Amino acid sequence: MKCDNCNKPATVHLTEIKNGKKIEKHLCQECASTLEDFSPKGHLPINELLTNFVMAHSGLDKKGDTTAVCENCGISWEEFRKNGLLGCSADYQAFEQELSPLLQRAHEGATHHVGKTPLRRGASMPPVKHKTDLVRLRKELAKAVEKENYELAAKLRDQIKLAEEQD
Amino acid sequence: MKLSDLTNSASEWLRGSGPLSEVVISSRIRLARNVNGFNFLSRCSRADRARLERRIRDTILEAAIADKTLYVDLAQAPDLDRQLLVERHLISKQHATNEGARGVAIGGGETISIMVNEEDHLRIQVLRSGLQLDEAWEQINAVDDKLEAQLDFAFSPRFGYLTACPTNVGTGIRVSVMLHLPALKLTGEIEKVFRAAKEMRLAVRGLYGEGTDATGDFYQISNQTTLGKTEDEIIGDFKHVVIPKIIEYEHHARRTLLNDRTIALDDKVHRAVGLLRSARLMTSEETLFLLSHLRMGINLGRIKNVDLKTVNELVLLTQPAHLQKHAGRKLEGDMRRAARAELIRQRLGVV
Repeated sequence: MKCDNCNKPATVHLTEIKNGKKIEKHLCQECASTLEDFSPKGHLPINELLTNFVMAHSGLDKKGDTTAVCENCGISWEEFRKNGLLGCSADYQAFEQELSPLLQRAHEGATHHVGKTPLRRGASMPPVKHKTDLVRLRKELAKAVEKENYELAAKLRDQIKLAEEQD
Repeated sequence: MKLSDLTNSASEWLRGSGPLSEVVISSRIRLARNVNGFNFLSRCSRADRARLERRIRDTILEAAIADKTLYVDLAQAPDLDRQLLVERHLISKQHATNEGARGVAIGGGETISIMVNEEDHLRIQVLRSGLQLDEAWEQINAVDDKLEAQLDFAFSPRFGYLTACPTNVGTGIRVSVMLHLPALKLTGEIEKVFRAAKEMRLAVRGLYGEGTDATGDFYQISNQTTLGKTEDEIIGDFKHVVIPKIIEYEHHARRTLLNDRTIALDDKVHRAVGLLRSARLMTSEETLFLLSHLRMGINLGRIKNVDLKTVNELVLLTQPAHLQKHAGRKLEGDMRRAARAELIRQRLGVV
């Protein structure tokens, strides 16, 4: 078959459905490459690349992997590893252990958030008795981490854990 | 405001009037946000996805994020409109080709765009001309605050804003600065910039972001790290360290060309002008390549009768969807290349 535009052999075949009509195009490589509308998806999304890269370097590719599954959305760690996207916000808790080394790789060793906090953040948290205490402790923890005072951070983390368990 | 109102003028970010616009084309900041109570999109049912889209759309329109806000339902929009939005950097390629309930809100003279149901539930973006990172942050932070007052964003004290991809978690921020670096390319020093950027954990991409080539010497530099640093720190790195250094390199390379290789420089610039003013068929790639050289010629005072704004507008208006919108019909192959060449000749004032 010859290319629709020139006489070279057609190597790219496209079918488009427009207004119920099927339109077929047969093009050679050269003519196809000048079709600028929607070039074929030849590029890997960057997050997939990043995740693959991070996975490969974090020792998570080895055997003996976790079989963890998120109870909320049903995604398994295995599935996440395949496409690099999590299924819901609860995954961060469900896979906390597995995610930690990956996050450190991806974020220059960082383990905790220190940036903006939503003003309404209390609304999205599980209800806790010692709420004010917890909020204060978490703030202090974020500050300690920011100042790289890891000794204090470790102490605060223990206190937070304790407060959460008492709840 | 209608989508068709966008076609005939340049976007704000291409005005070419922002600070340091001889090297910095635009400053962009985006924030990734998700709404509690809904799964991330890869695990979201069709019904939930549609419900989520309606809820976010209503919130955006009620929150008055800008004087005028246009909302485009992308599941209903024609291909050409979606492509037009990609060319204006208002949505990602991925968002244009995805399926299911999704949209984009555009406001503030195209400085603000909010993609709904892209990889995350919300991708808020502010795009400004030249180096304006502080202004961009101030603007986007205010939009985020307004939306947050109505939407319960997924957030954890340890991990920060929770995102579908763990590479965005924490601040959910991506800062991108688009640079025009023709002299570094010509002097072969651009590799040094890439290496330095890599060492600083920054990504370098082409004009259209992920997976695109750096056509016409336009490069986007953006952060990769989103966790463990504050927004101010991330922006500060760009503003005080990365960008000033690259600008300095580019200026140095431009001076070298001007002083030591004047004839070669003039040859490059005037060849570009000659082709742009006479060619009858132009591909978009060749157009960007030539416009890049013309832009450099203007910035170095070698070309005096064309202004930067005209060049920036041509970068935008010579793209496929813009050409076709302008012509009011589908253009393919040589027809499109001919229309492109004609538009360039018209705008550059010589037939």
